[in-house]
Amino acid sequence: MEHQVIMNQLNYPILSTLIFLPVLGALLILILRRSWELLTKSIALATSIATFLLSIPLFTEFDKTTHKMQYAELHSWIPNWNINYFIGVDGISILLVLLSTLTAILCVLISWESITKKVKEFYIAILLTTSFMIGVFCSLDFFLFYLFWEAMLIPMFLIIGVWGGPNRIYAAIKFFLYTLVGSVLMLVGIIVLYFYAGKTFNILDLMTGSYPYTMQMWLFWAFFAAFAVKVPMWPVHTWLPDAHTEAPTAGSVILAAILIKMGAYGFLRFSLPLFPEAAKAMTPVMLTLSVIAIIYGAVICLAQTDLKRLIAYSSVSHMGFVTLGIFALNTQGMEGGILQMINHGIVTGALFLSVGIVYDRTHTRKIADYGGLATVMPIYAAFFMVFTLAAVGLPATNGFIGEFLILLGGFTKSKLAGVLASTGIIIGAGYMLWLYQRIFFMEVNPKVAGLPDMDIREAITLIPLIILVLWIGVYPNAFLSFMHVTVAHLLERVSSAGMQEAAAAKAIMEVIR
Amino acid sequence: MNFQLPDLIPMRPELMMTALALIVILVDLFVKKKEVMAVISMAGVALVGLSLLGPRGETFGTMFISDGYSTFFKLIFFINVILTILISIKYISVERVNYGEYYGLILFSTIGMMIMASAGDLIVLYLGLELMALSTYILAGFIRQDVKSNEAAMKYFLLGAFSSGFLLYGISLVYGLTGTTDLKAIASFIGERGLSDNLSLLLSVIFLTVAFGFKIAAAPFHMWAPDVYEGAPTSITAFMSVGPKAAGFAVLGRVFLVAFASVKVDWVAILIPLSILTMAVGNIVALSQTNIKRMLAYSSIAHAGYALLGIIVANNEGLASMMNYLMIYAFMNIGAFAVIVMLRSEGFRGDSIYDYEGLAKTHPLAAALMLIFMFSLTGIPPTAGFIGKLYIFMAAINAGYTWLVIVAVLFSAISAYFYLRIVMYMYMRDPKTTVTLTTSFSSGVVLAVTTAAVLIIGVFPTALVEFAKAAVKGF
Repeated sequence: MEHQVIMNQLNYPILSTLIFLPVLGALLILILRRSWELLTKSIALATSIATFLLSIPLFTEFDKTTHKMQYAELHSWIPNWNINYFIGVDGISILLVLLSTLTAILCVLISWESITKKVKEFYIAILLTTSFMIGVFCSLDFFLFYLFWEAMLIPMFLIIGVWGGPNRIYAAIKFFLYTLVGSVLMLVGIIVLYFYAGKTFNILDLMTGSYPYTMQMWLFWAFFAAFAVKVPMWPVHTWLPDAHTEAPTAGSVILAAILIKMGAYGFLRFSLPLFPEAAKAMTPVMLTLSVIAIIYGAVICLAQTDLKRLIAYSSVSHMGFVTLGIFALNTQGMEGGILQMINHGIVTGALFLSVGIVYDRTHTRKIADYGGLATVMPIYAAFFMVFTLAAVGLPATNGFIGEFLILLGGFTKSKLAGVLASTGIIIGAGYMLWLYQRIFFMEVNPKVAGLPDMDIREAITLIPLIILVLWIGVYPNAFLSFMHVTVAHLLERVSSAGMQEAAAAKAIMEVIR
Repeated sequence: MNFQLPDLIPMRPELMMTALALIVILVDLFVKKKEVMAVISMAGVALVGLSLLGPRGETFGTMFISDGYSTFFKLIFFINVILTILISIKYISVERVNYGEYYGLILFSTIGMMIMASAGDLIVLYLGLELMALSTYILAGFIRQDVKSNEAAMKYFLLGAFSSGFLLYGISLVYGLTGTTDLKAIASFIGERGLSDNLSLLLSVIFLTVAFGFKIAAAPFHMWAPDVYEGAPTSITAFMSVGPKAAGFAVLGRVFLVAFASVKVDWVAILIPLSILTMAVGNIVALSQTNIKRMLAYSSIAHAGYALLGIIVANNEGLASMMNYLMIYAFMNIGAFAVIVMLRSEGFRGDSIYDYEGLAKTHPLAAALMLIFMFSLTGIPPTAGFIGKLYIFMAAINAGYTWLVIVAVLFSAISAYFYLRIVMYMYMRDPKTTVTLTTSFSSGVVLAVTTAAVLIIGVFPTALVEFAKAAVKGF
């Protein structure tokens, strides 16, 4: 195992700090008096900013020339089950960790005024969610991973159910049950793997093993149950529109930016390297499901009358691109897929933040209640334009790079899938621009007349995301360079799987002859 | 003929406990303040608990066995009895049944459980079981002015007597077949004579399964549980959901794994459908309950289904996982009941799930603790409930029962709905009635202990798992 990890070289345990600092902040808020709302919010903000600042060395110090796990920490935890506290990041997870720490700040900022009841509990939930999200992306031990993966449901369930919209309870329970059913099947898979590999939960050790084909198949589907629900892939996506729509702005942002990435991350981190032969065999199925999600999600968007619901369905479509890229099983596709995970996090997160900004003023999500906002809130309209164009995939925005790479990979893998996926982009341009037209142009709807434009706090939440949109759009290599080596290594692992056995069989046959 | 007194050292916890129960009954005659009895009982149980540390061994021939296995169960019983007494002190005065007998009966019931856990002979087992059961029947009907409590006691008694009949019939069949009631002697007799295909042996296994299934509330022998749980005083419901169930599992494990080891195939074939049915009935029927005690009754049935997996695995790992589960269940379930007990106040029953509406607004701390217990009962990490389930599932998968574990996890996902519903009512609805909590120092202690246990075991299970593993060593 030593040859696969680089232990943490920094003078503080960076990943543990990122995971536990938010928990510390939450505990601090827990002991505060309920009436000290400003202090509560300030602590939440300070904690999330500190977490983000402490995560910056990951970006600057990351060694891009190796696929090994970096900043690793290893401590014995539950020795009788051979469970270790083992964390680290590589080219796949590092950007997601950074995205998580950034998202936390934005979530605190955007909720500053819109959350007025149970303030204390809200910020505790947000901070715990942040901690668990980072934990999911850093875990290199299956037990630890599962712990974060499931624990995350608790604060998320509360965020949707307590601070959400009118239909929030239904949405929260649906979200919880869908993801739980998928997760428990994965748990069975994890335990099966544990015993087969000689009682180890160590993900890196498990990755070096090879498993019989039938077992790979079973486990692939067990893990699929957990990841496909989270992504969400068609046809298990139905929890997402409800959860997205009913969640408070911060909840939608966490869901869109991070939580649904956990599914795609799971495919990359576990399904592909652990069950490469099953993954290869199942590629047609996965590509089909991805294409269906792309087109289905996009077409459904055209029929939406609810602002958040539209963006939610567009997530289904965009995440279809991500899974398409991943299961194209080539460099362009996979790098595009990973980049698109980040892009989607930024853009959809930003769109939900933007919707939150007007929702706080109007308390309606119906598209028909808007119109002519460009004259009422010109600065806001400009911000929204950038994100709309990024979602559409206009060149020089990040959306373009991701979708372009994915389509390249998709075409290489299957022309049909590539062509069909491209129609998704066209419909995507249709529904996004149409949405923009209905909200910002046309006559000023009396319901929105006289609304104040964005204030500084709201602008601050969106500016970092604008920078990222343009940064990735103009110079994607700053981010793609993180993943080159890791992706190459992963693809090699996938493509060489089954070869060794075949070679061995061949050798045996020759000996027999 | 020489009469020699058997070695009494291995059974000193039982003797001390009996002495304690008698002292409590005697003191009750002279003391007006019944809280004194609670204090004496708890201090006494703690003292008896210390005596668990001493030498172990077999006595009365092999009729009474004090080993790691029984000691682990006795620890569960002691935790159960102390926590139950702590939540009772205030509660029974609210229910106006503050009598000293209450504590005496709880102690006698616990002695019964202890004897069951240590029974190396079917007759001793029966003795312990009846002592436990008779005391619990009375406790279930302790609120004698309440019709529901009367009904609970009556139902429990009738069905319990019925199940005792099954037990005795099963024992007599075994005796008729083997000429002994000693567990080890039965095993060797079956082995020597090659009786494993004998039909009446199979019949006795079935009878014993029925009797033990009744005690652990496994479907289809669970019918008594919802009514009894609902009608009994809430503190006693907590007591019953942990103690007699654990005792049932203790005898189930020992009798089946020791006496009937050679007919393992048969009883495993009986227990598998039984455990699936138990998980199904418990989890599905719980979905439609509106009384929280009834809901937890079905939940308790479902948890028996999971724990049964540990017996089905039929090896030391399985037993250890089952014991680990029962210990964890004791903490999380009594924790939940401690909250329920607090909701009961003068003129307010507080056992409908609608009474929990908006609890997070009026009593945020109680709601937060209830939330932890509900998620632990669901089995969501990082709570102890997850560790309990994980260990059982690991043992079952290791023994090749992967399909059974898939069934179990799907049912446990279903169970999330009714536990979540409580959380949902507490956090996502507005309060309709003003609920005043009957708080007391002692119930605070229970909540602190159980919450700490649920969270600490959830993150650092090593010590408990090691303890359970050590307890079954050489079983």
